[in-house]
Amino acid sequence: VCVWGQAEPLNSNGQNSLLEEEEEEEEEGEDLFTGSLSVPLVLSLSRSLSLSLSLSLSLFPSATEEVSLDSPERDVLLSDGPSPVTPPASLISPHLPHNHLYTHCSFDEMEEEDTPDLFDISILVSDPEKVGEGMNAYMAYKVTTQTSMSLFKSPQATVRRRFSDFLGLHGKLATRYLHVGYLVPPAPEKSIVGMTKVKVGKDDSSSNEFVEKRRAALERYLMRTAKHPVLLKDPDLLTFLECSELPRALSTQALSGAGILRMVNKAADAVNKMTIKMTESDTWFEEKQQKFENLDIQLRKLHCSLDSLVCHRKELSVNTALFAKSAAMLGNSEDHTALSRALSQLAEVEEKVEQLHQDQAGADFYLLAELLADYIRLIGSVKGVFDQRVRLWQRLQDSLLLLQKKRDAEAKLHANKPEKLQQARDDIRELEGKVQQGERDFEQISKTIRKELFRFEKERVTDFKEVIIKYLESLVQTQQQLIKYWEAFLPEAKAIS
Amino acid sequence: MMEEEEAEESPPLSPSVIEGTEEVTPPLSVSPSTIRVTEAAQDGELLTFIIVSQKLSGTGEYHVDRTYEDFDWLQQHLFSLEDVPGIQGIIFPPLPARAQQNAPVKLVRQLGLLATGETWTPYCRALGAYLQQVAGHSLLSRTQHLETFLTSPEPPGRQKVKKGLFNRLSQAVEGIRKGRPHQGTEDVDDFFRTEREHNLSLTGLSRAAAERFLEVVQTEQKIAVACGHFAASLQLCVEAGDDPGQETFSKMCVKISEIMESMKKNVQKVAENDVTTLGLGLDLECRYQEAEKEMLFRRTCKLVELETASRNAERAKPLKKAAMDGDQKAAEKDFEQVSVVAKQEVARVQRARVAVLRQALVRWCELQILTATSSAEQWNQQLLAFRGPARGPGPSS
Repeated sequence: VCVWGQAEPLNSNGQNSLLEEEEEEEEEGEDLFTGSLSVPLVLSLSRSLSLSLSLSLSLFPSATEEVSLDSPERDVLLSDGPSPVTPPASLISPHLPHNHLYTHCSFDEMEEEDTPDLFDISILVSDPEKVGEGMNAYMAYKVTTQTSMSLFKSPQATVRRRFSDFLGLHGKLATRYLHVGYLVPPAPEKSIVGMTKVKVGKDDSSSNEFVEKRRAALERYLMRTAKHPVLLKDPDLLTFLECSELPRALSTQALSGAGILRMVNKAADAVNKMTIKMTESDTWFEEKQQKFENLDIQLRKLHCSLDSLVCHRKELSVNTALFAKSAAMLGNSEDHTALSRALSQLAEVEEKVEQLHQDQAGADFYLLAELLADYIRLIGSVKGVFDQRVRLWQRLQDSLLLLQKKRDAEAKLHANKPEKLQQARDDIRELEGKVQQGERDFEQISKTIRKELFRFEKERVTDFKEVIIKYLESLVQTQQQLIKYWEAFLPEAKAIS
Repeated sequence: MMEEEEAEESPPLSPSVIEGTEEVTPPLSVSPSTIRVTEAAQDGELLTFIIVSQKLSGTGEYHVDRTYEDFDWLQQHLFSLEDVPGIQGIIFPPLPARAQQNAPVKLVRQLGLLATGETWTPYCRALGAYLQQVAGHSLLSRTQHLETFLTSPEPPGRQKVKKGLFNRLSQAVEGIRKGRPHQGTEDVDDFFRTEREHNLSLTGLSRAAAERFLEVVQTEQKIAVACGHFAASLQLCVEAGDDPGQETFSKMCVKISEIMESMKKNVQKVAENDVTTLGLGLDLECRYQEAEKEMLFRRTCKLVELETASRNAERAKPLKKAAMDGDQKAAEKDFEQVSVVAKQEVARVQRARVAVLRQALVRWCELQILTATSSAEQWNQQLLAFRGPARGPGPSS
């Protein structure tokens, strides 16, 4: 295990949980990160087109423990939005208030709208500043948005936001869009340990590293969200980027009533999921899902490998510094003047090289490791939307089943009970409506997922390409610096006579 | 490459030192600077070294095979040379520790920098340097044993070195070691007092520097391994697929894998440069300091012998007085000879080690520049090819 700046461990779906408030310490943010694949709540499609799920043991965690292996995306999906308890899937879900949920149709409209604006937006997160003292302290970040798009009130906006604000934004977006199959980028991870150090006021390299890591993650998060054509138009996102005052995000509280309800819902739904067997009529979904499963496994392995590389690189930096010191001491004790000077110069050069190694470790981490980590988390979102599609299918099936039952029952009703007959016919009409809606929803989500995955794959290529370029640039730069240092040292070495 | 550690031969000895040498031993028939240990062949646990040297006459080369036992044999014989006055004052060329395949941890640690890397090359270089130092030493190179070692087709005495020939030096030293401790022995000579202090400090510091450097090299090797793993794992991400989105992504993965592979090669080269230049230099520096330490200790023992003899002569009863006086005179002469040789040897080693370190640092620096230049070029080419001819716009949705 590497001692310095270890990459934050990711849970099985690469998410942290919305259940925590960052300042409260009931729950441990450092989730289980298993390099091996004991992944609970995995949806895996076997060849026989049936869905099977393996469950984690922690179905009913204690109130103070985070349900560590679930994603906030799944939280949202499983709880059917911010409303009271969802009955088991075999019953019809209560009619949901739609005023803060977008329907599918409105999304289609949004996308087909004429967008004369070219995508042109840059978001920077910078200047972390500690606000307050002690355990109530928090870091505030400056968020600067520069854009020429008419969507925004002005071409430049600067606001200050804290971490829970980002989580709040994510919560809203997830609630609104995940249901209908959009890949909402996951928010950066919480870390109790990291934040505590910062609060306590430790101004050492590991707290600084933590803050920098978080800052970079927040920036990537916002850019990724903004790049999504539908999410970009979300009023909450726009508010987040532009408004100087933001209401404090409260739903990230751990032990709120809603929080506990969510846990219960999760459990109930998880149990039900065990029995879902979906007849997949579209092999595209099956194939994609398998591919993402594989990719998830590969990326995790890679992330582990890379961790090891970053670790060794930092070790090299430390060892180079130690060698520099011993060379300096040797130089001090040396009688021969020219040799003594050369050894002292050597020590100085090695100190510079030490910094280069440190920088390279930074590139290894911030470019490569965080890229992998981001994608592992994104795949969590992907899994989430696939799950949601299955649930919609399940609901549809349940509705169909109920409809059939009602029809059968109606057929058996005698004409001499006219009220009951009328009731039955009313019920059937209502159910037919529900079935139709269910079919539309299912169709829509399938369509949306296809579009989203297409966009995801395109973006993936862009992201990786960008990282490769930046990484190569860092490598070239390091070598050029080394050449400069050694060329400066060479005459000193030659001067020894 | 560790070529000529000793740019010059040691200066000629004063007549008082070489008086008493009757026989004229034939000079070495090979050119010292051409002695090389070219390879190490492994046969089970046995390591055999091939040694090549050029005949002085210019008529060809000698190729001989020797094992570590043979080197040891040579070293032991050097310690017990009969006709070299003041031999205790010689700083003997330090022989590297024994190397063996699958050596126990203690031995590997002893070898330090010489045991890093995949090949025996650094070790062979160190052995070659040893032979060159012996061959270049004005007193030591005269021994027939060296000639035999370098030229005889048959390996020299693989039998155990006889007790009688055994290290006179260590015998003498052992006797005294069992006596009083000598750290506190005040030296009569300022030069040696300073030199002893200086040597003590340098021995520790050079060992520390060599150990730190070894750790740097070992970490570099770990990085190479990690890069290799990463590159291999990435290849597994590559899937054959007709899906164009997948195909482009696979290309990206292959690209990153290539970059990792080239990083691995770069780091391996850096580690190799490190070991074969500065690594060998630091290692030799350590051994030089140790060898000098041993010589200074032997001289101190001689001083103690002299002091003992003087005391005995003072206290001697009239009967034994003449004998004791004789002993004292002999001890004085011995000590003087040793001191003269020692002073010259200190100067010789000083020149030698400065030359070694100079060459190590220069060569190290040059190789660093070469490796960095070639890597920078390679990565720059990759960057240009990958980025495309024109600097495109930033990432778009």
